[in-house]
Amino acid sequence: MTPLLSVRNLSKSYGAQLGCNAVSFDLFPGEVMGIVGESGSGKSTLLNCIAGHIAQDRGQVVYDTRADGPRDTVTMPEPERRMLGRTDWAFVHQNPRDGLRMNVSAGGNVGERLMAVGARNYGDIRDTAQDWLGRVEIAAGRIDDRPSTFSGGMQQRLQIARNLVTAPRLVFMDEPTGGLDVSVQARLLDMLRELVREMGLSVILVTHDLAVVRLLAHRLMVMKSGEVVETGLTDQVLDDPQHAYTQLLVSSVLHV
Amino acid sequence: MSDYNFAYLDEQTKRMIRRAILKGLAVPGYQVPFASREMPMPYGWGTGGVQVTAACLTPDDTVKVIDQGADDTTNAVSIRKFFEKTAGVATTTSTAAADLIQTRHRIPEEPLREDQILVYQVPIPEPLRFLEPRETETRKMHSLEEYGLMHVKLYEDIARHGHIATSYAYPVMVEDRYVMDPSPIPKFDNPKLESAAIQLFGAGREQRIYALPPHTRVVSLDFDDHPFDPSRADHPCALCGAEGSYLDEVITDDRGGRMFVCSDTDFCETRRDAAKDEVAA
Amino acid sequence: MIEIENLCKSFILHNQGGTEIPVMAGASLRVEPGECVALTGQSGAGKSTLMRMIYGNYLAGGGAIRIAGVDVATAAPREILELRRTTLGHVSQFLRVVPRVPTLNVVAEPLLAVGEPRERAMARAAELLTRLRIPEHLWGLSPTTFSGGEQQRVNIARGFAFAYPALLLDEPTASLDAQNRDTVLTLIEEAKARGAAIIGIFHDIGARDRVADREVDVTAFTPGLAA
Repeated sequence: MTPLLSVRNLSKSYGAQLGCNAVSFDLFPGEVMGIVGESGSGKSTLLNCIAGHIAQDRGQVVYDTRADGPRDTVTMPEPERRMLGRTDWAFVHQNPRDGLRMNVSAGGNVGERLMAVGARNYGDIRDTAQDWLGRVEIAAGRIDDRPSTFSGGMQQRLQIARNLVTAPRLVFMDEPTGGLDVSVQARLLDMLRELVREMGLSVILVTHDLAVVRLLAHRLMVMKSGEVVETGLTDQVLDDPQHAYTQLLVSSVLHV
Repeated sequence: MSDYNFAYLDEQTKRMIRRAILKGLAVPGYQVPFASREMPMPYGWGTGGVQVTAACLTPDDTVKVIDQGADDTTNAVSIRKFFEKTAGVATTTSTAAADLIQTRHRIPEEPLREDQILVYQVPIPEPLRFLEPRETETRKMHSLEEYGLMHVKLYEDIARHGHIATSYAYPVMVEDRYVMDPSPIPKFDNPKLESAAIQLFGAGREQRIYALPPHTRVVSLDFDDHPFDPSRADHPCALCGAEGSYLDEVITDDRGGRMFVCSDTDFCETRRDAAKDEVAA
Repeated sequence: MIEIENLCKSFILHNQGGTEIPVMAGASLRVEPGECVALTGQSGAGKSTLMRMIYGNYLAGGGAIRIAGVDVATAAPREILELRRTTLGHVSQFLRVVPRVPTLNVVAEPLLAVGEPRERAMARAAELLTRLRIPEHLWGLSPTTFSGGEQQRVNIARGFAFAYPALLLDEPTASLDAQNRDTVLTLIEEAKARGAAIIGIFHDIGARDRVADREVDVTAFTPGLAA
């Protein structure tokens, strides 16, 4: 099977400060990979490098495009990369304000990616937006309301709808449940799991919350100081961690 | 008069502006940055248009200046006086007699000719500004033709008002390439953007010049199921009886009396004169 | 079906001075289709550790665990996930689910994961929940709010929903009343009859005697305990 995404030797430093160093992995269709590690471990840098939001220093990010098969997105012309970013890829930010247009209605937020790829029928765009709001459990009556009037959980669900409306194959998530109440988190996790399965999404999920990766991720990558220190099946890494840092990370979780 | 260089600006500045104009004409709809000068008038009074006009004028030209369609408003009068004083050129209120027309908020009703230039005063040249405040990002969106956002604005209009409520500065697509803000002209005037004349747009504060060469294809953005509608007035002009012109509402007393008259004063007067001549004949 | 050869394992506690604790050495075991093997040995002898290694939950230190052509000891995560989806079932003592998901969906999930039509999956889930005496009015609720015994039965229903060719059972009858215990043992017998290879840990000796074909004492694989 061809991996959907192949990352090879990806490195990024900020001057003398190391962001991430020589990271390599394959992500297969339908796979959810969690990246865990403490703040500053380089997991967000890695995610942003792969998504093309920040320029890497070295390494390849080979993506299996629909049209032309595997292509290195680092050397791909920018228009193509940005096109990927709003069609076949999606990015869910921790803070919905970073991923939503706060001064545009919920329907407009969901419809934007459709219009960006040429949808020009208002009625169709609105129907699709309505359908997606339903899928992320936002009441139909809220379609013309701005996200600023939504709760944090609703904003996050709207961000997900806005991203998934073009049926992407690869989704980047940066702490998608961070900053939400525990009960709201559970609902979001359940929804994400359902969507991942229904749509066959491949996901790279960055979080420091081990409970979130246990429920969502198939496998894990543990990062420390810019390096990948351990990888493996999620429950194996969490229940039988091999590296000293992972052992510390797992044993530091408070149980309730 | 010799106290000023011809048309106020020094020759080097005019040359710099002409280069920007030529580039704008070569890439229709593209916003060309230029080193806008301080003008002896406040920003918002047409400093961009005045600089473009100054760079285009020759001593034999006849200039017309209109503001909201009228030749006799403060802005139009002072700019006309400005060029009379600094360039010594002839001025006119007649659309047909003018070589160069500087305008704010209107396109003359009478179709323009190939030997005419229409200069627009532009407050905000960036059509994407409404939804994307970052200049770096909007430039990238233009260069990569990422214009989905423009339709989001129209979507919002329909969602809120049931129809596209944008009634002026209505965005257009130029030659299937650049989305352009036609300056705050009423959308009624949008069809007239496809013209035989050269159209130049100057934004002084924002330091941008853009242009439409003669007969450029200019399409107003819309949705398949909500097509662009330039809208027509419900009334004929109360003075000249014109039915296809853009009208201003004029309050005639303080008891609710009002009338609708052509906003293009020259158009209206020409029609009335013609009607008088007919009666006389 | 399940073939274990010379399996070993030690835990290294990096954060406690790098202490190395050997827990298993030279474990070998074969289970044929339709056979049920019970793991025995005193508490701490490594029964659960062995089960977890077979499931891929603990990383094998050496040796091989071959199930349907996949060596769990060396397989890539996605191969193990595929094995768990289509071949290897596991009934653990703990129910781990996303809060808020209704019980019926929790049970049907393994069937949906192999592409079973939704209706058929739900029907099978309902059938199992009925057999295991979970009252129907609870099916729409999340099992996270259930009692220990109820959770255990939901877990069993989920484990038996799909007809896995290989099954790992960790104390399947613990904390069950006589009726439910009998249902679970019947489920195990049915699985054997259809050819499933089963490895189980049963502290309940009566249950072990009823379903297990033979016993393997893991003490023999425990360094320091082996005679």
